[in-house]
Amino acid sequence: MFNHLLSLLIWLPIVGAVPVLLAGSARPMLARWLALLITIATFVISLWLLRYDPEGSVMQLQETHVWISTWGVHFTLAVDGISVALILMTTFVGILVIAGAWKVIQNRPHQYMACMLLLEGLLIGVFCATDALVFYAFFEAVLIPMYILIGMWGGPRRVYATLKLFIYTFTGSVFMLIALLYLYQKAHTFDLATLAALPLTMKEQAWLFFGFLIAFAIKVPMVPVHTWLPDAHVEAPTGGSVWLAAVMLKIGTYGMVRFILPITPDAGAHFAWIVIVLSLVAIVYIGYVALVQEDMKKLVAYSSVAHMGFVTLGIFMAFMLVREGGNTDMASLGMQGAMVQMISHGFVSGAMFTCIGVMYDRTHTRQIKDYGGVINMMPWFGLFYVLFAMANCGLPGTSGFVGEFMVILASFSASPWIALFATFTLIIGAGYTLWLVKRVLWGPVTTEHVKHMTPMTPRETWVLIGFAVAVLAIGVWPQPLIHLMDSSVAHLVQQLAVHKI
Amino acid sequence: MGLSTSVLLTIALAPLLGSLVAGFVSPFLGRAGRAVAHTVTIACMIVSVALSFHVLYQLTVGGADNYNQNLYTWFQIGQVNASVGFMVDRLTAMMLVVVGFVSLVVHLYTIGYMRDDPGYTRFFSYISLFTFSMFMLVMSNNFMQLFFGWEAVGLVSYLLIGFWYKRPTAIFANLKAFLVNRVGDFGFLLGIAAVLTFLHTLDYASAFSAAPGLAGQTLQITANTQWDAATVICILLFVGAMGKSAQVPLHVWLPDSMEGPTPISALIHAATMVTAGIFMVARMSPLFEMSSTALSFVLVIGATTALFTGLIGIVQNDIKRVVAYSTLSQLGYMTVALGVSMYSGAVFHLMTHAFFKALLFLGAGSVIIAMHHEQDMRYMGGLRKYMPITWITMWIGSLALVAVPFTSGFYSKDAIIEAVGLSHRWGANYAYFCVMAGALVTGLYTFRQMYLTFHGKERFTVVASHGHGHDDHDHHEPGVLAHAPKESPWVVTVPLVLLAIPSLLIGYVTVAPMLFGNWFGSAIHVDEANNVLAELGQEFHGAAVMALHGFTQLPFLLVVAAFVICTYIYVFNPALAGRIKQALKPLWTVLDRKYWADEVEYALFASGGQKMGRLFWKFSDAGVIDGVAVNGSVRLVHRGAALLRRLQTGYLYHYAFAMIIGVIVLFGGYRLFGN
Repeated sequence: MFNHLLSLLIWLPIVGAVPVLLAGSARPMLARWLALLITIATFVISLWLLRYDPEGSVMQLQETHVWISTWGVHFTLAVDGISVALILMTTFVGILVIAGAWKVIQNRPHQYMACMLLLEGLLIGVFCATDALVFYAFFEAVLIPMYILIGMWGGPRRVYATLKLFIYTFTGSVFMLIALLYLYQKAHTFDLATLAALPLTMKEQAWLFFGFLIAFAIKVPMVPVHTWLPDAHVEAPTGGSVWLAAVMLKIGTYGMVRFILPITPDAGAHFAWIVIVLSLVAIVYIGYVALVQEDMKKLVAYSSVAHMGFVTLGIFMAFMLVREGGNTDMASLGMQGAMVQMISHGFVSGAMFTCIGVMYDRTHTRQIKDYGGVINMMPWFGLFYVLFAMANCGLPGTSGFVGEFMVILASFSASPWIALFATFTLIIGAGYTLWLVKRVLWGPVTTEHVKHMTPMTPRETWVLIGFAVAVLAIGVWPQPLIHLMDSSVAHLVQQLAVHKI
Repeated sequence: MGLSTSVLLTIALAPLLGSLVAGFVSPFLGRAGRAVAHTVTIACMIVSVALSFHVLYQLTVGGADNYNQNLYTWFQIGQVNASVGFMVDRLTAMMLVVVGFVSLVVHLYTIGYMRDDPGYTRFFSYISLFTFSMFMLVMSNNFMQLFFGWEAVGLVSYLLIGFWYKRPTAIFANLKAFLVNRVGDFGFLLGIAAVLTFLHTLDYASAFSAAPGLAGQTLQITANTQWDAATVICILLFVGAMGKSAQVPLHVWLPDSMEGPTPISALIHAATMVTAGIFMVARMSPLFEMSSTALSFVLVIGATTALFTGLIGIVQNDIKRVVAYSTLSQLGYMTVALGVSMYSGAVFHLMTHAFFKALLFLGAGSVIIAMHHEQDMRYMGGLRKYMPITWITMWIGSLALVAVPFTSGFYSKDAIIEAVGLSHRWGANYAYFCVMAGALVTGLYTFRQMYLTFHGKERFTVVASHGHGHDDHDHHEPGVLAHAPKESPWVVTVPLVLLAIPSLLIGYVTVAPMLFGNWFGSAIHVDEANNVLAELGQEFHGAAVMALHGFTQLPFLLVVAAFVICTYIYVFNPALAGRIKQALKPLWTVLDRKYWADEVEYALFASGGQKMGRLFWKFSDAGVIDGVAVNGSVRLVHRGAALLRRLQTGYLYHYAFAMIIGVIVLFGGYRLFGN
């Protein structure tokens, strides 16, 4: 089993989607239970990944199968500490998403559940792939279930949102495909380790860098190519939003780590300032945009863009620190901060969207003005909502703090100006999050919508407890997570320092 | 001999346990939950306080060494380490005792004050959680945990100011408090990042021993500008203190925080949390000693706060707001002490202030209970005969506040004023004027408050049938009570007495060692050149002599003047107050509007932020990116396609004609450019 652990993790949910689909709309409970059992099984199996040895070689649990022999493409899978952390996050969120959609989806639940499973398997695939073409295949395939999710179970403007999502991200992917083809005709392989060692001139690196950057920046999303995200979130069903925010955005930054850093380190260092500036714009500018949103989901969507800004900032700041100051410790700190932020944002944003879903199921509105005084009707829900809101504005003791803290600490060594703008998140993040809490949770009950809200069901409570445990565990003791990724991050930082020209 | 880790862990974790039980167990126990909540939290607090006294005893009498150990690694990346750990020296031990004691007293008081509140168990959970956070803050041995405690007390403060979450004013105040504090934390976190950049560690002990190396280091701001590293670090850290300890211009949240229930105003917004900034700067004394520029900044900010917020206190009518502005002013005094390198003086005033200010707040709370949640002093008066214990204990607190010799407040405040007089630091002259004038101002607002509340004519009427009361926090007709005010129950008055004792005596007992006896030892570091306290100590010949000497000094004469003025106005000639107000209308307006600080900051940051957000959203996000770039490309494709479609007419002769033109163009082109 351990020889094919990664394959099992990918294909269990994907193949498992078939019986769920076959259960049909006539037997919705069967479909739900099957889906839940499959996600739980996937999670339990993924726990074996913790056997990953941080002291050992970087890539572990390697698997190779010939895929397209004429082109020499191999279906190769392997994981490092970063992938392990992301896969565990994915499988954990997978359970919560299925449980969260239990009663909410009444329209063809078997198809919905099958879609969820498919999405989970494909996302795990993205995090395991060590062959560029395999990565590309999974990276693109993820769009299909997401397209179906929003298109079928989405809100009134779902057609616009799905088209925007699809065309936006597909446009970016074209650039990545061209970059990959160029690399293939030079190296005659899609193997990422070989590509990393490939000598490339600055001009080649620059073209490749922007090819990859466009593809991944759209996925993250970075300013100014972020406008598909709020629309997609607003139209997506709760489960779709959770997948989108918690895991799908991470494949953008994960791609940067897997492609841009090792393949184009010199171009990366040369153009790092562009990404750093865009990240800071995301943190400050998007913070202001989030402040004035009238739709809860849009607000959290924009807040996601701002938080992902810390991930891109941490990754590209490492270039500055290593190349200009030779400061590997600080570079590792920033890079680790970025990685922790990815995991943390998965839980925090997932929890925020789940909370919005819990309220939406009762009132069928996401407009902030339709709320007020929710805590009077749902006191325990208030506890969770405040917890996740605090995590969203980076309160120490929650996971939201850890990554941002590390990135900010490292940024001051890079430049006090970067630190100044990055730290601004303390104010603006608290501003938009807690103003939301004030308008939604606190106050007297004033609207008809809120008057009819009912307390949380046990199922909803358990889902939120799941998120809360993750958020608090990472916040109180991040070291295990950091230790897991430590050698992988150190390896990445080494790659940054390698000159290819 | 060392302190035991398990004792220290118990001190910190016992309140957390109490909080969890009150928060997560009590709600499921029905009626019994209330008793469980207060019993468990108070029992845990007693354990904590007893052990805190034990630790203090061990460190002072028992000869134990200072404790400094990491408990677990929070993260370790290369050489960068962040841990959770404790540093316990005399400074910490004193803070533990003060925080624990006041917290315990407030727990007890809460039983009476919150008796009829539906959020009873939740309240106990919050105040115990606060105590845990505050302990983590003062016991920390590194900057990461300091920031944890710092933000955690901010969170609990947020929850408690908004405790009555149905009140629009309360949920406005808690948002405001959190955000203004975040502005401070913005600087604080940058300061921590700067510490890591220049001193390469987050650990206190290593940072302090590396601090002398800061001399001469600079931070590159622009190509041609360099700032002194120590100054940058200290000012950034102090910005954090300005938020938490409510210094001008980040003071605006504290008066509004009075929306919270009175026990927490005493505990959090007077005695403990707001002094965290003072504690932090004292703890960082080895860093602050490196920059006299930063200390001058501290001095000027503190002096401004001490005088100008005190002035506002004179025109307040809400009994809690008077005490709130008094707190701001006293925090200013502590900051001034820090600014003249008199760290132990600041901490000493922190301690005496914790007792007498908690006393004043709890006394005000007792009055508020008696007045059925009426807080406006214009509808009080003559309460002394209804509630003698509250009356006497509040007078004790007031005398300590105005620094009458022999009370605790005298020793701490008088020493600060004299030390500022001795200091030669830039800004010391201005500060000396402010703290001296502040003595008069303190007297004015304090005596005015006492007279309006307890003396003179009763300005309320008792109408038996009117309203009913207690729970009903909304105001009915002001000045009309359902039944006559009466003394509060013992759970309220015992805490008052417990606090009155140290308010009177603690200064007399501890002034010699704490202020002049180098009691804090290695916890506080002062350069010889800056040591005004040592200079002052040369003239110190015992607490009694100092007090007797104090009777002849200007600060006391100013207090006497304030007493005479207030007595004349509020006892003998009540109409005069109104006439003075009329005569000084412009000045009165300035104070009543609090220098328009709220309005200015609201316009700049709250509405300004929203306007900016709207502009960004509607103009650049929806307008430029989506409107022009995204949907624009869609339209472009659409129009292009529509244009091209016109060519597909379906008429054979159009196509034939196009072919002929094509052939001509091709051949013509070939002829022209082919060779």
